[in-house]
Amino acid sequence: MHIRRFPMNSQINVYAFLTQMTQYYGVTELIKSRELENDELRPLYMDFQATTPMDPRVLDAMLPYQVNYYGNPHSRTHAYGWESESAMEKARKQVADLIAADPREIVFTSGATESNNMSIKLLEETIRQDTSLVSVMTVNNEIGVRQPVEDIGRICRSRNVFFHTDAAQAVGKIPINVSDWKVDLMSISGHKIYGPKGVGALYVRRRPRVRMEPLQNGGGQERGLRSGTVPTPLAVGLGAACDIAQQELEYDHSRVSMLANRLVRKIMSEIPDVVMNGDPEQRYPGCINLSFAYVEGESLLMALKDVALSSGSACTSASLEPSYVLRAIGTDEDLAHSSIRFGIGRFSTEAEVDYTADKCIQQVKRLREMSPLWEMVQEGIDLKSIKWTQH
Amino acid sequence: MAASTAQVLSLYRKLMKESSKFPSYNYRTYALRRVQDAFRANRSVEDPKMVEQLLNQGRDNLDMIRRQQDNNPTHLQVV
Repeated sequence: MHIRRFPMNSQINVYAFLTQMTQYYGVTELIKSRELENDELRPLYMDFQATTPMDPRVLDAMLPYQVNYYGNPHSRTHAYGWESESAMEKARKQVADLIAADPREIVFTSGATESNNMSIKLLEETIRQDTSLVSVMTVNNEIGVRQPVEDIGRICRSRNVFFHTDAAQAVGKIPINVSDWKVDLMSISGHKIYGPKGVGALYVRRRPRVRMEPLQNGGGQERGLRSGTVPTPLAVGLGAACDIAQQELEYDHSRVSMLANRLVRKIMSEIPDVVMNGDPEQRYPGCINLSFAYVEGESLLMALKDVALSSGSACTSASLEPSYVLRAIGTDEDLAHSSIRFGIGRFSTEAEVDYTADKCIQQVKRLREMSPLWEMVQEGIDLKSIKWTQH
Repeated sequence: MAASTAQVLSLYRKLMKESSKFPSYNYRTYALRRVQDAFRANRSVEDPKMVEQLLNQGRDNLDMIRRQQDNNPTHLQVV
């Protein structure tokens, strides 16, 4: 059907217009007309674990430091330096407050990967007979499972072992308290919490002291732990993202849970043989990994080309091997190849979730129709009992 | 000056109007929804100091949205 173009800069109330459009045309056309507004076809974004868009409030906080307030925060002799340093320290406090830490325990880095590397280097430098390092992800980025960090922290503290956690997917999404959790080192990523890319932080406990060796040497910034000019606009962005996350934590969590339930319930009620990977209780709701039996994951992703999804984590998406996480939790090889990760975030809407669910159901049904394996299952054949002949 | 219903409603209308101007579908729907939910959640706040504080937050957010309209023009695309 022909979609009419509506000019973006007309004086009509866009919200009322969108509501009307939904009533007349239904969701599919609504989403397509949104795409046409921008003169290019862009898929719905359902991959919030890979990265997140910046919150407009974060951009608002960062811009002055990209334009007018461009001083080096380590310049001690003039106002440009002082105002930049003041912004950096304010951001440091915002990050610390989100995880119940002291600002002196936060080191700005280029991202969670650098923070992770710094923590591992600590092990190499200070290892003694009786010390080691435990490193655990707080929330897994592929299946959304939340690890029992409080218990791990307690055990590590009692055995005098350092405890590091990569909290990139957990910060700002679940309440974090580094004291309660007895965490010694924590990695934080900016672009996973609606902040800018290229910045992160490392929490380094002061009491009891965690002695660190720097990964990067130079001018001695960040207490000598991480030399290099701290990028004030990025640090301010990270701070603002943390501040907003703290305010919005409850609201976002309940909304994401609602949307996640909506998606999963819709899909599972319409098609059989769908498995959710990972613990159903101990999880962050916004990361949903589903395996669709008798459907190949990559082909389903291609079929859902107007929704931005992923199978497995972005870090390993170049390889064709199934996810190591799924293998680790004991998923069958064939189910591991059939998995898709749905990411829901702060900006996801009911319309997007409904469209994704509908499209997913439609495409899974279509792909299964074409599958000889599915045909055999329908006839009651147990696939595990088949002796495949060798060619 | 005590905050009146008229002031609250006026702020609400301004926020909704500015929020509807985001060209990005996700930002627009988020702003509209968030403003609506925030006003609803604080509907029964009585303490005048609290009301004033919330209204100031609302006004700050309104300024922020207005500023951000200039950062999200439709022509902001990769060339």
